[in-house]
Amino acid sequence: MAGKGILIEGLRKRYGQGDTAVDALKDVNMAVAPGEVVGLIGPSGSGKSTLLKCLGAVIEPSAGRMTLGDEVIYDNGWKTRDLRALRRDRIGFVFQAPYLIPFLDVTDNVALLPMLAGVPNKEARQRALELLQALDVQHRARAMPSLLSGGEQQRVAIARGLVNRPPVILADEPTAPLDSERALAVIRILNDMARRFETAIIVVTHDEKIIPTFRRIYHIRDGVTHDEAGEGRDIELPA
Amino acid sequence: MISLAGRDILHAWGKFVFTGIGLGLLIGVTLTMAGVYRGMVDDGRALLDNSGADIWVVQQGTLGPYAEPSSVHDSTWRGIVALPGVWQAGNVTYLTMQVRKDGSDVRAMVVGIAPGEAGAPGWPPYLVAGRHITRSHYEAVADIASGLALGERIQIRRNFYTVVGLTRRMVSSSGDPMVFIPLKDAQAAQFLKDNDAIWQGRQRTEESPAFNRPGVPGLLEAVIASQSSNPYVNAVLVRIRPGHDPEEVAQTIRRWKHLTAYTRVQMEDILVGKLIATSAKQIGMFLAILAVVSAAIVAFIIYTLTLGKIREIAVLKLIGTKNRTIAGMIVQQALGLGLIGFVVGKITATFMAPAFPKYVLLIPQDTVTGLVAILVICVLASGIAIRAALRVDPAEAVGG
Repeated sequence: MAGKGILIEGLRKRYGQGDTAVDALKDVNMAVAPGEVVGLIGPSGSGKSTLLKCLGAVIEPSAGRMTLGDEVIYDNGWKTRDLRALRRDRIGFVFQAPYLIPFLDVTDNVALLPMLAGVPNKEARQRALELLQALDVQHRARAMPSLLSGGEQQRVAIARGLVNRPPVILADEPTAPLDSERALAVIRILNDMARRFETAIIVVTHDEKIIPTFRRIYHIRDGVTHDEAGEGRDIELPA
Repeated sequence: MISLAGRDILHAWGKFVFTGIGLGLLIGVTLTMAGVYRGMVDDGRALLDNSGADIWVVQQGTLGPYAEPSSVHDSTWRGIVALPGVWQAGNVTYLTMQVRKDGSDVRAMVVGIAPGEAGAPGWPPYLVAGRHITRSHYEAVADIASGLALGERIQIRRNFYTVVGLTRRMVSSSGDPMVFIPLKDAQAAQFLKDNDAIWQGRQRTEESPAFNRPGVPGLLEAVIASQSSNPYVNAVLVRIRPGHDPEEVAQTIRRWKHLTAYTRVQMEDILVGKLIATSAKQIGMFLAILAVVSAAIVAFIIYTLTLGKIREIAVLKLIGTKNRTIAGMIVQQALGLGLIGFVVGKITATFMAPAFPKYVLLIPQDTVTGLVAILVICVLASGIAIRAALRVDPAEAVGG
């Protein structure tokens, strides 16, 4: 695992050209260290989704610089040509809905990523089982996703995001469909995993329940990020 | 790497199996249509095989006796049997008609066979029940497909015949079962008129001064006798001696007898290439339409199944799945559907074929060709779904 998390400097994204051009991102600067979980919040239309897509190597920024671990992946143009491999090996995704593959069981949902990267099936499944154990869903390893509760599905989705040991995980509203107790449980898991695997995690959220748990929060307004300290409140779950 | 297509099929096996059954019924109809064509060709070959002939001698310039009418004098065989290389020759008539029995009727080809014994040209080569015709009149041997039974009485024109023997796979080129009767009866049946027509014909002859001459006794009776009988047959079937070339013997008949003679190869060309050519084209059109319909169904089903997985495909692409892995998944599912359909179709065709009134011949070559065609159709039909899947933007998996 690379040791520098993710560093974003002067990132911009413009849609369209000429009079119809829209600057979705004007000046984004972020630095998330390994093992750190930061919040990214902002009103609708502030550029959160565009930023997430840029960070996830799904769309190309218009300018700026992105460094992942020790590697500059974007500097006014992609430095890494194989974005598909970049997404597979170096970026983890956790979505608002778990989006597990419905025809694969829990283990194979998690093991699929290493398998796609060429890891032998047995080793990939072993790696998946270790993560499922760490996330306390090992007892559902052979179950199909439709048989899992919402919280269990989200934990499996987190395991999938972590399985290739990416330096950064992008979590898009991961607690939106969950009640307070489960939402806080997911944030605690993300914090645990960030520390355990030295992963930088960016959580995009609107969820008032979890915002106080972040030690650092990036606000994004009109395509510009502002860094501020969060409450960093300890997560206490009911017994 | 695990098989994503296989897992998806296992997960939604009910959907695949029921869709496959629907497709399979269509494939079953397609295989049966091919079997109908093969059956027609086989009926034609069976007709030639069972006639026991090496050469068919017919009226000059005709494609008789199966593809065109042919009329040859019934004494012609005597001259033919004397030619070098000829072993046996026998007259034969063919007449396709409705044979009546107990108030109902059955479509049949009535074959008039010259007196002789089993094994002679034109005779049924074997019986499955009863005996061959031994009397000169009013006995019949019928193909078992006619539904006639031993001892049953049938009516051909005005005369009644008793079924004394049953044979099998003796059919015309269009699949009608054969009914064998004595040659003289068949000749009469071909030209037999009703009593009123005969009476009026005689009346006209008697009134004609050309035939009714007081100074020429016996002329009128001779003319009336010639008008009342039919000395013609449709063909002479010839069997040649071992060691002789059929084409050489046929050439001799053409040169010296001023008749047309066809060898087995030439007669097969006429039957398959001319007589059933239109039917073959008709069936070919049906096969082409069914292939297009099958392709459209597979394409629609795979496209619909793919559209139902757009979100999963977006997630797969986002997490780094290669396009060819996704395309492979869709192709494998299409092939899986095709295989299920083919198995169902083959079983359906196998069980359905005997229920058809005419012979349906399912041959392994058509089965293999059908399987390859289905697989090719499935691969081509999955193209639309692959196009849709590859157009999915991985960004769809990310909110916003």
